[in-house]
Amino acid sequence: MTEKRIPYISIENVTKVFGGYVALNEVSLEIHQGEVLCLLGDNGAGKSTLIKVLSGFHQPSSGIIRIEGREQPIRSPRDAADLGISTVHQFGGTFPLMTLERSFFVGREPTKGWGPFEVFDSKTAGEIVVREMQAMGITRVTDGKRLVGSLSGGERQVSAIARAVYFGAKVMILDEPTAALGVKEAAHVLRIVMEAKRRGLAVVLVTHNVTHAMTVGDHFAVLIHGAKAADFRRGEKTREEITDLMAGGEAMAELEAELESYRSSHDGHPPQR
Amino acid sequence: MSNLKNLTRRPEFAAFVGTLFVFLFFTYFGWPTFIKPLVTAGWLNVAAELGLIALPVSLVMIAGHLDLSVGSILAAGAMTYAIITGHFNLPDIIGLPAGLAVGTFFGFLNGLIVTKTKLNSFIVTLAMMFGLRGLVFGITRLTTSTVLVSVEVNETVRRTFGGRLYLTFENAIVLWVIIAIIVSWILYRTKYGNWIFALGGDETSARAAGVPVERVTIGLFMGSGFGSALLGITQVALFGSAQVSAGQSYVFFSIIAVVVGGVLLTGGYGSPVGVIFGTVTFAIVSQGIYSTGWDSDWSSLILGLLLLVAVLTNNTFRRLALSAGDKKTSEAKSTSRTSPAELKEAKRD
Repeated sequence: MTEKRIPYISIENVTKVFGGYVALNEVSLEIHQGEVLCLLGDNGAGKSTLIKVLSGFHQPSSGIIRIEGREQPIRSPRDAADLGISTVHQFGGTFPLMTLERSFFVGREPTKGWGPFEVFDSKTAGEIVVREMQAMGITRVTDGKRLVGSLSGGERQVSAIARAVYFGAKVMILDEPTAALGVKEAAHVLRIVMEAKRRGLAVVLVTHNVTHAMTVGDHFAVLIHGAKAADFRRGEKTREEITDLMAGGEAMAELEAELESYRSSHDGHPPQR
Repeated sequence: MSNLKNLTRRPEFAAFVGTLFVFLFFTYFGWPTFIKPLVTAGWLNVAAELGLIALPVSLVMIAGHLDLSVGSILAAGAMTYAIITGHFNLPDIIGLPAGLAVGTFFGFLNGLIVTKTKLNSFIVTLAMMFGLRGLVFGITRLTTSTVLVSVEVNETVRRTFGGRLYLTFENAIVLWVIIAIIVSWILYRTKYGNWIFALGGDETSARAAGVPVERVTIGLFMGSGFGSALLGITQVALFGSAQVSAGQSYVFFSIIAVVVGGVLLTGGYGSPVGVIFGTVTFAIVSQGIYSTGWDSDWSSLILGLLLLVAVLTNNTFRRLALSAGDKKTSEAKSTSRTSPAELKEAKRD
């Protein structure tokens, strides 16, 4: 049934070269509304580069990007935003020392008045942010004047998703949304992902967590060394097969996790050599 | 109780405590000289003059940048005004806007270089500080063959910028209040304030959210350039002359005032009200020392210690602010959530 539909975004043979290093090699993908596309792969497999191409931070060296079938380059983050592509980064892409109502509306502030007396409408902003957060199940947020940094990682992630949904995003790219979260919070974020999908958004979920991907994904793509190694739909492959696909980088992933836990227990410093 | 708690969580609270502390300190040790109107005018004038630079600089710093070129820009603005009106005897209607325009222009240049080259603003404005000082020296010597230009300041200009309100209270205090209102208005009430906080919080996210990062950055540097030139001209109006080496002390004074005022050195947090307190604290320490009968050398020691204490207290108060909300669930986790490592992560993203 999805064969006939025109994908919201399709990329065809996209290659990105950084000074001789091929970060993306002839990657083609289709991103449909109302579906969750899981982008799997190890660090350095090209996931971040692909996201940055989709969100307008990088231009592909070659290849075509189509929006609803029409060729449409994405030249800047602003372009991406105008096309309804919203990217949520690992830490929610938010500002820990800003109030929730301010950070929610950065770049799209509701204002009242005119000319030099056009002011940020803090009352409206506060009401909207509390309403949207509550609708996403974060009921302990009752005051828009809270600092973003006082929310938990999952809540910040949810606030960023709520923001994307509120501003009418058509495609939401989530970069490792569950990586830094506990089990319960990760489950909540995944539930919000399902809610976004139900509202008709296309969700691109970048993760190395196969379990999380299998829980919500409709469509899966595995990247290895910048190339697409597999592209399949829900139910076409078992958990073991997916893990095996990524296994080329399994040893790396373990080491990476080890380093990561070392970092978090040593105030963010990498091990000294 | 909860109101009191909210008060302590505001970014300016620590700065207010600092001001209160140094005020009481000098009232005690400088009694009864310190509370005399002339002494009050002394520190208030210093605060007002410094405030003209510190307030716009605080916006630059909240946006995550530094401006070390304020001293050289001050001299450039003052010299432009002095050469045009004092040396060439042209009317103030030309000299005054020219002086302000020169200051704003070099601020614009700072912002342009920072946004185009992506170099750290520390380096860019350091280069501007030295480069512009050389330029001002060179041009002044070439045109006037001296380094000090005296001006018969136009009566209206002298009264507006260099006049006295009452006793020895300078008109600069009025300028300071006006700038404070404008800066607070921008930061608290307009969307631009939101953009400035976002820019200092995380430039990449701000850009992704649609904030015109380049325009905001350039605008902020233009603001600090304008403030510097304004103080330069004010000083010419006060003293009747301009010196090429004027203003360099304001580079660090403004940073001290801003940081003591509770602005996070790496950006993203702070308030103009706090900066006003920071400026007043600085002024009280540097002037109050004269009413104690101690050697004035000690004021630098106090300022140094105060700066250190201020940064430490600000960190504590910021952690308090971050733990606001439902205590039981959030406070337990707040330490890990607000650890420097995580903030660093968030910034890097």
